[in-house]
Amino acid sequence: MNDLRRRVGAIAPPIVFGVLFLTAWELFVRVRHIEPFLLPRPSAIWGQFHGGLGRIWDAVQVSGLNAFVGLLLGAAGGIAVAFLASRYRVVSRLVTPMAIAVAAMPIIVVASILYNMISDTSQVPRRFMAAIVVFFVIFVNVAKGLTQVNATQTELMRSYAATDTDILRKVRVPNALGHFFTAMKVAAPLAVVTAFVSEYFGGLQDGLGYQITSNIASSRDATAWAYVTGAIALGLVFYVAALVMERLAMPWQARRVDGA
Amino acid sequence: MSAVEIANVSKVFNPGRPNAVHALADIDLSIAQGEFVSLIGPSGCGKSTLLRLVASLTEPTAGSVTVNGKPAEQARKDQDYGMAFQQAGLFEWRSVARNIELPLELRGWDKARRRAQAEAMLRLVKLPEFADHYPWELSGGMQQRIAIARALSFEPKLLLMDEPFGALDEMTREHMQAELNRIRAATGTTVVFVTHSIPEAVYLSDRVVVMSPRPGKIATIVDVQLGARDEDTREASEFFKKVTEVREALRGFEHGDDPVRGIEDR
Repeated sequence: MNDLRRRVGAIAPPIVFGVLFLTAWELFVRVRHIEPFLLPRPSAIWGQFHGGLGRIWDAVQVSGLNAFVGLLLGAAGGIAVAFLASRYRVVSRLVTPMAIAVAAMPIIVVASILYNMISDTSQVPRRFMAAIVVFFVIFVNVAKGLTQVNATQTELMRSYAATDTDILRKVRVPNALGHFFTAMKVAAPLAVVTAFVSEYFGGLQDGLGYQITSNIASSRDATAWAYVTGAIALGLVFYVAALVMERLAMPWQARRVDGA
Repeated sequence: MSAVEIANVSKVFNPGRPNAVHALADIDLSIAQGEFVSLIGPSGCGKSTLLRLVASLTEPTAGSVTVNGKPAEQARKDQDYGMAFQQAGLFEWRSVARNIELPLELRGWDKARRRAQAEAMLRLVKLPEFADHYPWELSGGMQQRIAIARALSFEPKLLLMDEPFGALDEMTREHMQAELNRIRAATGTTVVFVTHSIPEAVYLSDRVVVMSPRPGKIATIVDVQLGARDEDTREASEFFKKVTEVREALRGFEHGDDPVRGIEDR
């Protein structure tokens, strides 16, 4: 009972706020007679969302799969290179500046280049884009988690005459786990955003990003906003998935968040 | 055979360079089996370095350190000693019991035996109900007791402690000292204990090694001989006499207005 009350207490404020916000928006547009191409009403957006659910779902699948594949590739690459970099100083010295350079790269330009380089008629450039962005976030954080280990814990392991493999398995990897999931909570929605943005700059005529631009271009703003709603939902799904994985993989953290 | 034999040991950090530091010079110290020896001295007197030499966490520049009749490095590889630091250093992703089990895991004990030993250790430090808690759920004093339980889990003959109670408040600290006394009486473990606190050193030790800085040397060794300790010991006149003796030994190498830094009088 107490548990239920606490849950309601946690969920209720954002819901109330959301409802109030949407009501204010709706009233503002109606009372001030705002033109729909400037700001559509939430009710109109909902109508488009509800009516176009099939098309939105198609677009969500395209962008979602691109983001997902990019996320997997980027995360796998980031983890692999982080392990190498923490093991071999040479790798760290070689890769770190390059990773930073990649992160500083303007994604817009790269998208165009990749379409030219790889193909204009496949999803590969978009997945590649997402993978590049994810790679950096995961690499930097996992490498940090693998190397920045508590000094007392390291001394203790030495006093136990632990081998490097023991230290890796029993200290470095669990230590990096928290860093990895912190990075995933950033990288997962970032992969989704990157997938949208790369749709803006060419390639196939599908996906949420493409639909948003093309609907705005033809002044169907409520429809564009309906796609934006789909995009938000997709980003949230990715974030929540990362959060759930974190809870499952790190039970000692889960209890801390749920508890006092 | 003595538990620890330190012969003619010197330690220089960054030898041969402009920033060379003579941490220890000509240290000779022999610690008997079952003895409790404290190392005390101002900051920079090399007491922690000396402890780390015994633990083979660092190598002497000259001289030799023998633990249980073998070179310190071999003793470390054989896991002849348990160690506790100022920071409890518990692994936050492991439950309390699994923290205590870690050294046993590394020695290849099977799961059932590890668990039984962890539970025995938790009873020893009087925290049996916390086996499945995570470290963050425990207070600082409790965490330190777990760290001691972990250091004792494989029943080493030697326990090395580097200011283990330094971060605790005075009440908890006195309680922990009494606990350590009890545990040591129950296990017969030899203890080498680094501390900043004069009363703590006197209360716990058979001998207090007073060290002087730059370079770290043994100034004098105070034989405590207070017999079995209890809470009344802290108020006994013999106790205060020994506290004064250690304090005066620490003042012995204090020159003019250069105060002895980092020593707690409480």
